[in-house]
Amino acid sequence: MAQGWLQIAIFLLVVVALTPPLGIYMARVYRNESVFLTPVMAPVERLTYRAIGVDPSREQDWKSYARTLIVFSGLFFLALYLILRTQSIQPFNPAGFNSAPWDVSFNTASSFVTNTNWQYYGGETTLSDFSQMAGLTVQNFVSAAVGMAVVAALIRGIVNRTSKSLGNFWQDVTRTLFYILLPLSIVVAVLLVAGGVLQTIGHDVTAKTVEGADQLLAVGPVASQIAIKQLGTNGGGFFNVNSAMPFENASAFTNFIEVLSIILIPAALTYTFGRMVGRQRQGWAIFAAMLALFLVLVIVIVPAEQHGTVAQHAAGLHNGGNLEGKEVRNGIAQSGLWTVTTTTTSNGSVNSALDSYTGLGGMVPMAALGTSEVIFGGVGTGLYSMLVFVLLAVFIGGLMVGRTPEYLGKKIEAREIKLASLAALFTPLAILVTTALAIATKFGRASIFAKGPQGFSETLYAYLSQANNNGSAFAGYTGFVQPNAPGNGGSFGITFADLLGGGTMVAARFIPIILVLAIAGALAGKKVAPVGPGTMRTDNPTFVVLLVGVVVLVGALTFFPALLLGPIVQSLSTQLF
Amino acid sequence: MKRTLITCVIAVVLFTAVFGLVYPLLFTGVSQVVFPGASNGSKIMRDGKLVGSKLIAQDFKRNPRYFQPRPSQTGYSPSTTFFSNLGPNSTDASAEVRKNIAAYLRMERRYDPGLTAAAIPADAVTQSASGVDPDISKSNAAIQAHRVAAVRHLPMATVNKLIAEHTDGRFLGIFGEPGVNVLELNLALDGQGR
Repeated sequence: MAQGWLQIAIFLLVVVALTPPLGIYMARVYRNESVFLTPVMAPVERLTYRAIGVDPSREQDWKSYARTLIVFSGLFFLALYLILRTQSIQPFNPAGFNSAPWDVSFNTASSFVTNTNWQYYGGETTLSDFSQMAGLTVQNFVSAAVGMAVVAALIRGIVNRTSKSLGNFWQDVTRTLFYILLPLSIVVAVLLVAGGVLQTIGHDVTAKTVEGADQLLAVGPVASQIAIKQLGTNGGGFFNVNSAMPFENASAFTNFIEVLSIILIPAALTYTFGRMVGRQRQGWAIFAAMLALFLVLVIVIVPAEQHGTVAQHAAGLHNGGNLEGKEVRNGIAQSGLWTVTTTTTSNGSVNSALDSYTGLGGMVPMAALGTSEVIFGGVGTGLYSMLVFVLLAVFIGGLMVGRTPEYLGKKIEAREIKLASLAALFTPLAILVTTALAIATKFGRASIFAKGPQGFSETLYAYLSQANNNGSAFAGYTGFVQPNAPGNGGSFGITFADLLGGGTMVAARFIPIILVLAIAGALAGKKVAPVGPGTMRTDNPTFVVLLVGVVVLVGALTFFPALLLGPIVQSLSTQLF
Repeated sequence: MKRTLITCVIAVVLFTAVFGLVYPLLFTGVSQVVFPGASNGSKIMRDGKLVGSKLIAQDFKRNPRYFQPRPSQTGYSPSTTFFSNLGPNSTDASAEVRKNIAAYLRMERRYDPGLTAAAIPADAVTQSASGVDPDISKSNAAIQAHRVAAVRHLPMATVNKLIAEHTDGRFLGIFGEPGVNVLELNLALDGQGR
């Protein structure tokens, strides 16, 4: 156990240490300043603007920015859908997979365009290398860049005192892709391949095992996809079991690199924020609130898993904790740390089977999702969602001390608070409504695998995950049916889950984005009031506590009744189902 | 609006080409040259034939001459992976663990008479996440060592030495858990007789 805490403590120290340098670098990228990669990337950047025919210096107001973003994402959705539907006639398909059915394609296209990477298919049994690369790897880059562009726009809205401009969408996306995501992906992919992760293209090979059986070793361009799947908080694996598969996560070394890659950019963006608003303490205050919530989750999950499950105790197993659905090389500490990291950051890749966690251990990722992914959160999405909560906290704090709420010198007025409330409440509302639909109808219940309260947990988790654009799963939920496997010709229950989930992902991604850009638009151009003795500070411990309180309160009030029906029942009961 | 649409269409094509084709294909080419072993799946050859991968467990079919990997829900398939998804309060999970404990005792107790159900480490009787977990815990290997040494008529010290040689430690001595690589260990045992 002590060894487990040590690994987690050192991991977090590494995260803290990397936050300032990467944060400074990204701030320079978003301020269009030169960085050490400029000599290499500037020509690529210019060529991109020329090819797509845009003028990066043209400033956009929030409506123009949002319009471009929506059209851009919409077209990518269409492209991905078409790739999946026509897979059988494309190159790099050595196993000769069929095209994916329409309902799965809809869900998958929604999933990857929204940076969710929820998977209603098994990668190695469904998708060709072409679909994995040209379809999914692209989205891993682009959807991440879109999220980061939005936070850059929001920060500019907060900073900008003289005009309504939020910057230029094309410039933000292009610079994010070429200066941040691509270089980091290459570094991480090299480390992963060196550590044993696959990177080949071609036919699967058959080994003759020691006992004389045939073993088909699936191969593919894995490392290049896994690098960006982690860095871009995407999470969609090459293999069905994601980063539990040794070909995707080969050793303790690759596991460390992958889990670090998940949290790296979301953590560093808080520093970027502090730098861009010119007050570094403001960035650290947000970082502190995120870290505090993160620690609570880790401190719950590791002992919970070390304790083992009711089912295991009933069978007479008390030795070594809950290793059902976990790998020996990761153990309980790295599995628990990964699970908290991936569910707080909207990543959703897994290195262990969440469906097999203990009752209390399984509630931790649900609680992480219930906070709307503001604990570090997705790349870009995490920070802009947290800033929405910051505005709410400023408003509540202002009411308590009887002052006009201000954030970084800008008055927070009715319009901003209305938009922020909508943005904060839309996702939780979507989760409760879709979960209710999926539980109350027979089409929804067809997806459930487990018996008893775990069946409810699977359903709740599915919509928590999809609405938060996370992508992790209690994988029993429809996970037992593969799109190309016998028994799923787009059966009725599965179609329902595909469509409801797909719709939820799209709505819960783009509606908050539009609201956040509207907030940025409302803040842009506002005058900044000088700091006076009556100004409520937003960079001290008191505010951090207030912010944590608001996040916990909104999440807890929304989801406590639902959690009672699933994981809490399971934690308190020794009954088997 | 029409202008935005055209721009976006070009961007979709361009980014797909750069990030979907150039990046993974170029990277595949480079890794094949720089890390030929790792990038192709850490394959293990024996007598010129492909016998498996260091990273992928295989079924030793309860052959008492070999160390046995963890139970697998997929029959040790690396080409169709899925989780067992057995939940914490599941009757099936409990039955599964009970069955695995009985099977483990049946196999090992003959050679390790002091072994009790309470002493069996969790990894030996629970299913891994991937279904192809290449490792077992050190304590699991220590129990199985009795059987392998007896069946192969090897001194315990030799078996224990081989176990130690095929144990992957923590990264930097800190991260992850040590694991004994079952396939490499078994191949090394087979190499002993030669």
